[in-house]
Amino acid sequence: MARTLAQPATLAAAHARPRKRDWHALTAHAILLASVALLAFPLYYAFVISTQTLSEVTTIPPKPWPSTAIIANYAEAWQRAHMARMLLNSAIVALGVALGKIVISMLSAFAIVYFDFRGKHVVFWMIFITLMLPVPVRIVSTYQVVSVLGWVNTYWGLTVPLMASATGTFLFRQFFRTIPDSLAEAAQLDGAGPMRFLWTILLPLSKANIAALFVILFVYGWNDYLWPLMITNTPDMRTAVIGIETLVPRTSQLPEWNVAMAAAMMVLLPPVAVIVAMQRWFVKGLIETEK
Amino acid sequence: MKRSVFPNRWLPYALVAPQIVITLLFFFWPAFDSLRLSLYRASPFGDRLIYVGLGNFRRLFQDDAYLRSMTTSFVFSAVVTLVGLALALLLASLANAKIRGLTVYRSLLLWPYGIAPAIAGIIWLFVFHPSYGILPWLLSFVTAYRFNWFLEGWVAMMLLIVAAIWKQFGYNLAFYLAGLQAIETAVLEAASVDGAGPIRRFFAITFPLLSPVTFFLFTLNMTFSFFDTFGLVHAVTQGGPGDATSILVYRAWKDGFEGLQLGYSAAQSVVLMALVIVLTAVQFRFAEKKVTY
Repeated sequence: MARTLAQPATLAAAHARPRKRDWHALTAHAILLASVALLAFPLYYAFVISTQTLSEVTTIPPKPWPSTAIIANYAEAWQRAHMARMLLNSAIVALGVALGKIVISMLSAFAIVYFDFRGKHVVFWMIFITLMLPVPVRIVSTYQVVSVLGWVNTYWGLTVPLMASATGTFLFRQFFRTIPDSLAEAAQLDGAGPMRFLWTILLPLSKANIAALFVILFVYGWNDYLWPLMITNTPDMRTAVIGIETLVPRTSQLPEWNVAMAAAMMVLLPPVAVIVAMQRWFVKGLIETEK
Repeated sequence: MKRSVFPNRWLPYALVAPQIVITLLFFFWPAFDSLRLSLYRASPFGDRLIYVGLGNFRRLFQDDAYLRSMTTSFVFSAVVTLVGLALALLLASLANAKIRGLTVYRSLLLWPYGIAPAIAGIIWLFVFHPSYGILPWLLSFVTAYRFNWFLEGWVAMMLLIVAAIWKQFGYNLAFYLAGLQAIETAVLEAASVDGAGPIRRFFAITFPLLSPVTFFLFTLNMTFSFFDTFGLVHAVTQGGPGDATSILVYRAWKDGFEGLQLGYSAAQSVVLMALVIVLTAVQFRFAEKKVTY
């Protein structure tokens, strides 16, 4: 009864100020569209340049629309920078770091939440402290450790040292704590051991968290710069993000910005595509990992 | 706290082993080694280490180039963070209305997060290019000044700042929009009835209510601009012209890997470590207080 009575009143209120609301919504759309356009412009411009010939690129006034040299430029960039190898390296690093971090942090979160063992607090604090030790604060020494292991310029060196993850561990720990105790108890009554419980119950329940973490870590692994720059020393081990620097024309060189932009487009596409394709998990990941 | 449900003596140790081994090998050992190395200097032939006590640190804080890097880093991070957040907050407040298609806008705003800082820098490098770039060309209608990042330190700095803000902007805007949408309109309407104008309403109600979002974005942008912009500097300006854009991380890397001054670079790492610890402590202090509600 109350609801039916209340409805006409709210309708009337909504009708009282329709013009003001429309105006509000219109401004909002205008501002958001402008922001989106402004944000997209540099990418559009880079794409346009990647389709132009050298003479078009160096013309003043600049030509802001696509041209015909697209295939030639991308082929040239592909050849000159050994793009196939670099993209493969990037894929190995990004996937290796993402999957490695997920597995390792899930296992340690499982141990911390579902077991009682001596030194648990020490383990927890050790993982926590890694948050305060990003690569830049241990540049030279970390390189030395990797070189002692003989891992310089190898895929091991590129991936394994990045696989410890405090954020991943905390994310899974947080999530496991919300899972009712009765599930683990039921599993025990059925005679399932801890690994069986992890594999058949926790893993399927963690799907959304794994997907969220995966997007964030893939992007991080693909785009990381300092680490691969330190650890690799031959062109065939370079990742794409550091490798394309060789294509950027310096003062004394031919201004082949069209080739440089073609390379940039190829390198930025995979992480951006992952974000766009996994949008929902990406947003979840952003919020969960930064808590 | 959960009841420990699996009685097993050795399994938990096996489960945490990979994490702990990596943490010890690649985090703790190097961190202690940086501390140790910072007290030494390589001999002229580079074959052995000479103990110099706090000599590296004394040298560091008397080194004008290092102090300049300190200023450069803080100015760069502060400008990227404050300008980036202010701009995002301004646009988000103007665009705050109950409209359709907000998820579509969110998708269109978030993609630049996926672009590496170095790649963002290379794109903006061309936009700013003194001979062929569109920006100097547009500016040439307004002023006769030649914007050249090859020669002018401040133009190079602007280039890096713009690239960094661009990369973070959509993300900041998306978070502010979400934060604003979560504020009860009833509160604002009540203030409006009480006669508070839009600017007053913003500072008295909206801004304080948004402080958790602001705090979250502030830490995130500070960390990003301080540490993750190494690639941007390395790929775009290489610290130049002169050392106008040598941020702290870039200098620590350069002195260690190009200059091979291991002790001196390690001392810089130790200073960075102290900065991270302070930043983290501040972050937890504020996070505990929940900022304000």
